[in-house]
Amino acid sequence: MSADSLRIALVGNPNCGKTALFNQLTGGRQKVANYAGVTVERKEGRFTAPSGRVLQILDLPGTYSFDATSPDEQITRDVLEGNYPGETAPDLIVCVADATNLRLHLRFVLEVKRLGRPIVLALNMMDAARRRGVVIDVPELSRRLGMPVVETVAVKRDGVKALIARVDGEIPDAAPAQPDDAASRADLHAQVRELLAATVTMPRATAELDDALDHWALHPVFGLAILSVVMFLVFQAVYAAGKPMTDLIGDGFGWLGEHATAWMPAGPLQSLIVDGVFGGLGTVIGFLPEILVLFFFILVLEESGYLPRAAFLLDRMMVSVGLTGRSFIPLLSSFACAIPGIMGTRSITDPRDRLATILVAPLMTCSARLPVYALLIGAFIPTRKVLGIFNMQGLVLFALYAAGIVGAMVVAWVMKKLRRDRSEHALLMELPSYRLPKLRDVAIGLWERGMIFLKRLTGIILGLTILMWFLSSFPAPPAGATGPAIDYSAAGYIGRGLQVIFAPLGFNWQISVSLIPAFAARETAVAALATVYAVGGEGAGLQQALAANFSLASALSLLVWFAFAPQCMSTLAVIRRETNSWRNVGISFGYMFVVAYVASFLTYQITSLLT
Amino acid sequence: MRLSDLPKGATAVVDRVDDAHASDPIAQRLRDLGFVAGEPVRLVAVGPMGADPLLIQIGSTRFALRRNEAARVMVRVEATA
Repeated sequence: MSADSLRIALVGNPNCGKTALFNQLTGGRQKVANYAGVTVERKEGRFTAPSGRVLQILDLPGTYSFDATSPDEQITRDVLEGNYPGETAPDLIVCVADATNLRLHLRFVLEVKRLGRPIVLALNMMDAARRRGVVIDVPELSRRLGMPVVETVAVKRDGVKALIARVDGEIPDAAPAQPDDAASRADLHAQVRELLAATVTMPRATAELDDALDHWALHPVFGLAILSVVMFLVFQAVYAAGKPMTDLIGDGFGWLGEHATAWMPAGPLQSLIVDGVFGGLGTVIGFLPEILVLFFFILVLEESGYLPRAAFLLDRMMVSVGLTGRSFIPLLSSFACAIPGIMGTRSITDPRDRLATILVAPLMTCSARLPVYALLIGAFIPTRKVLGIFNMQGLVLFALYAAGIVGAMVVAWVMKKLRRDRSEHALLMELPSYRLPKLRDVAIGLWERGMIFLKRLTGIILGLTILMWFLSSFPAPPAGATGPAIDYSAAGYIGRGLQVIFAPLGFNWQISVSLIPAFAARETAVAALATVYAVGGEGAGLQQALAANFSLASALSLLVWFAFAPQCMSTLAVIRRETNSWRNVGISFGYMFVVAYVASFLTYQITSLLT
Repeated sequence: MRLSDLPKGATAVVDRVDDAHASDPIAQRLRDLGFVAGEPVRLVAVGPMGADPLLIQIGSTRFALRRNEAARVMVRVEATA
């Protein structure tokens, strides 16, 4: 350890308020990455203490016990013991415990103490504890634990002053390391009881507010009703608040493109910048507002403690199809976009449940499918009423959403039947106290996720868009050519090649061509069809061209294809990143291709017979 | 009796956690979370479908346990004083 820098590790049970404390200590100066080779998040921040020392703070994953049951917990243990490759053991451990939940949290403190390293205990949420009438004899607790104890309130601006002063001071002496075995582990509970009896008085075990809220939030009837209303409002907000911003961004990139057109000489370079770069980037960044709005609500629900309640209500249903209650949120996010959904599966600690969720997440109807659905439904489905009240077009759209959900359930169920590992995987989920979300924590969380989305995707999508542009622009049509340019390009040849595969689904070569850009980003299929049919825009012109050029059977088949097909490339890239395995990418591409192919084939053949 | 057989709203005291099979990680985790002899527990709520999972209050903490997880925990219902 050098004299002017100190490595500190923050550890504690899940829900101890550790991340809020970390945010309070480091502010925005955080670096989020992964531990080498695994997809467990590694958060590090730094700040300069009053003494001038630089404190490097590592926020370790929340852990209940060193008897690790998940990769997160294993990493926490290895890092603290100095056994994790590439990580130096910390100079000081700050153990964070929720003062309102000491029975559970002190046990882990004792477990950390047995590592025999210098520790400071941060008694967090002291304000909530006082409100509940919990009285803690801090000097006595410190004496009995043999470690300095500091009171903190992570959500208050100067709630961490005492902690900073303490960690900036002398490093406390460590207790001697003790062996870790089952017998001594059972002992820890007895020690906790003794500690609590001697130092803590607690008028009641839980907050009255939690009891009252849970009575309604977990009610078999009202609980589900509340959950439906919350979800409905979130989705309304995503479209109401996100859509205008998305349109604004689209217009902005359109404007940039126009200026580039005016400013640059016409030619391949202009077309690359305007269509490839601005068009492609505009599409991706256009999704950002909707994704951020969705993430905002998910973060607020997460911080408030409601999300585990939702998982509680839905667990049984999810288990019956081979998922877990915790899959609910990632799958919900996937309705906006599968990429944040798959990123969100990090909250599922069990690797098997997590993989199952990742594999079915792309089947949820993401917002990128909507432009394609809207175009085809508008062109082929009549606007007549069904049963007097339902709009036929709306029914088809609903059916497509339902097909995604039912498809995901069937796929998850089949995977459950196929896998060799039939062992029981636990729920064992803590339902934390309700809390008012803090703007600071939500803002930092939003910033992190937004940056991950942008960083990961702009590179991939930009590359693919440029590749697509290249394929559909070269070779240029020969002099005196009559058909649209794409007809003569590499994409045209590929499309005609693909048509051999897709003919049984009723796809002509134009549709087959449009499937190539759709693989990069689904909504570009609309623009690609417009290009091949040589009509401008996405309006009525394109719909008429489509209606004139292919049958109802082909259109329905294409809709079904878009509901299940292995898309988009960025999703597959995220699966690769999040699971660290090309095999899983292969599995998800393979099964979706088969499902989409079979479903579209049946749709086309059956509709052809009937019409 | 088993924790999974406790009626909703009832209170009991943990007796022990049984391993469902040799070196059962779920049983060990339950012990680590505080399901040890003498600890009072209460069944606060049950899930809307098949009364599963169960919401168990232990100390100041609430845990959602599936039925077969809760079945590992043996409890005694103490005579109300």
